[in-house]
Amino acid sequence: MSFEEFVARRHAAGELVVQPRMGFADPAVMRAGLVATRNAAAATVGTVTLDSYTRVCDTASVAHALRNGIALNGYPIVNHPAEVTRAMLDGLEGADFPVQVRHGSARPADIFRAMIDAGLHATEGGPVSYCLPYSRTPLDESVRNWAHCCDLLLDAEHPGGRPHLETFGGCMMGQLCPPSELVALSVLEALFFYRKGVRSISVSYAQQTHMAQDQEAVSALRRLCAELLPEATWHVVIYAYMGLFPRTPGGARGLLGKAAELAVTTGSERLIVKTTAEAHRIPTVAENVAALEHAAATARAVTGTVTVERDNQVYREASALVDAVLNSHADLGRAIVVAFKRGLLDVPYCLHPDNAGQARSYLDPAGRLGWSELGSLPLRRVVERHHADRITSSTLMSALSHVQHTYDTEALEQPMTAIGGES
Amino acid sequence: MTEELHAYGGGVVTEPRRPPVIVSSMASDSHTWNLVFLELLVGELGFDVVNLGACVPDELLESECLSRRPAMLVLSSVNGHGYQDGLRVIQRLRAIPELRALTVVIGGKLGVGGALTEDETAQLLLAGFDAVFDDQQGAASFRRFAATLSAGVTQVEA
Repeated sequence: MSFEEFVARRHAAGELVVQPRMGFADPAVMRAGLVATRNAAAATVGTVTLDSYTRVCDTASVAHALRNGIALNGYPIVNHPAEVTRAMLDGLEGADFPVQVRHGSARPADIFRAMIDAGLHATEGGPVSYCLPYSRTPLDESVRNWAHCCDLLLDAEHPGGRPHLETFGGCMMGQLCPPSELVALSVLEALFFYRKGVRSISVSYAQQTHMAQDQEAVSALRRLCAELLPEATWHVVIYAYMGLFPRTPGGARGLLGKAAELAVTTGSERLIVKTTAEAHRIPTVAENVAALEHAAATARAVTGTVTVERDNQVYREASALVDAVLNSHADLGRAIVVAFKRGLLDVPYCLHPDNAGQARSYLDPAGRLGWSELGSLPLRRVVERHHADRITSSTLMSALSHVQHTYDTEALEQPMTAIGGES
Repeated sequence: MTEELHAYGGGVVTEPRRPPVIVSSMASDSHTWNLVFLELLVGELGFDVVNLGACVPDELLESECLSRRPAMLVLSSVNGHGYQDGLRVIQRLRAIPELRALTVVIGGKLGVGGALTEDETAQLLLAGFDAVFDDQQGAASFRRFAATLSAGVTQVEA
């Protein structure tokens, strides 16, 4: 059974599929992490997250680390021979337990080859979402790289099932990107995969700052995918909050629980969790398992989906962004590059040289994300621009820690203002 | 106040009148919120700031330091590889005679297992960093350190 079939069956059975972010350099430790994920009391798929040297194609630093016993923050799939990875997965990965490779690379061809050689058919990323926030690779090079990787994936034999790609575009920068642009980028990356011939897709959306706005966003994401991906099998994957995570265990569990609630109420099929260790360090296997089980239990307790207005504000903005990009060039890869060059797509606070950097976001008093500067975004008729004060290091920090602070305060059940700003 | 420089990847917007502070990640680190924050914070201390952005290769760090002669290089890392990346980078920079006296500091989440041990911190200092700021300390101690540099700096309250 393939990745997509596993998710579809669990969803039909009323279960939310939950998945960790997890990667270890040592194959034995990686295998133990996958075994623990499979054995968790939840409908799980496994994750092999790669280390950051592999993401930037620095195999020499991986080799140095492996030789000298230096810790890596993930599994180096390119350096480990295919037979080592196959043995790591043997008897574990399969119909009842699909495993996805997660990486973060704008130059992922070697990663795709290694993954295919190891018999894996599901991964994630995208030409924008793994380029702009996370690399200094030029955007047009990343577009070419990702087009090539779609070819690699489609040209290979996949005994495990139809190859699956998940967009990472629903996460851009993790926080402070208005939901409409997250939706637009997730949809555009899905359409990029689709036009390359990929027919098994998932579209991501990362939990932001406001439940109702997030529900509007997922509704907008579904509507746009239904319009633009007619012949694909696709599902929605929610990422538990990707910004500064609560420091208290109670706050972290509370925020993860809200992500599970967002997933269930929007009919989303899969959730990628965060742990109570997130604010402090890379989580252990046990912390990941606890997060998976907490998310699954919370999801089981939520019943029914929410009804959201179809033409909501997030949809109006996202469809305006998507239309503007599609009108920029017949070739979607070119269109994305042109759109960023002209500022039709502009990610707030993103430092990449190919991002215009004119648009700015802000957090309104109700906790919704909005636009304070539109730059050249094609949203002047769709959105009311709000004046925001000039950003300083401390106002940026309070916006970045808004969610962390809210959930930590709730967990401690006492106002933290008297203690004085730790952040 | 100061003009902000947005010189991502080396393109200078305005020629600085005095040595800037370079804020940078290292080659394997893709995080940038730490850099956006530091750019604002160092700017508020009265410095011009050059922000090199994500995944800065060692060669680019070296050439930027040689061509700009900054008042300080601030390396920020939050991906857990900061300890080994920092050791490699500082050894490379300190091997260049012109950069021996350059003030270089490192901060963030520097180890895969959370805070660095005392021994690891000592190794970084021994290798040539002027200061190591662990994430747990917050920004206050970095702010105090930066305020002592000799560039025309605005007064900072303790």
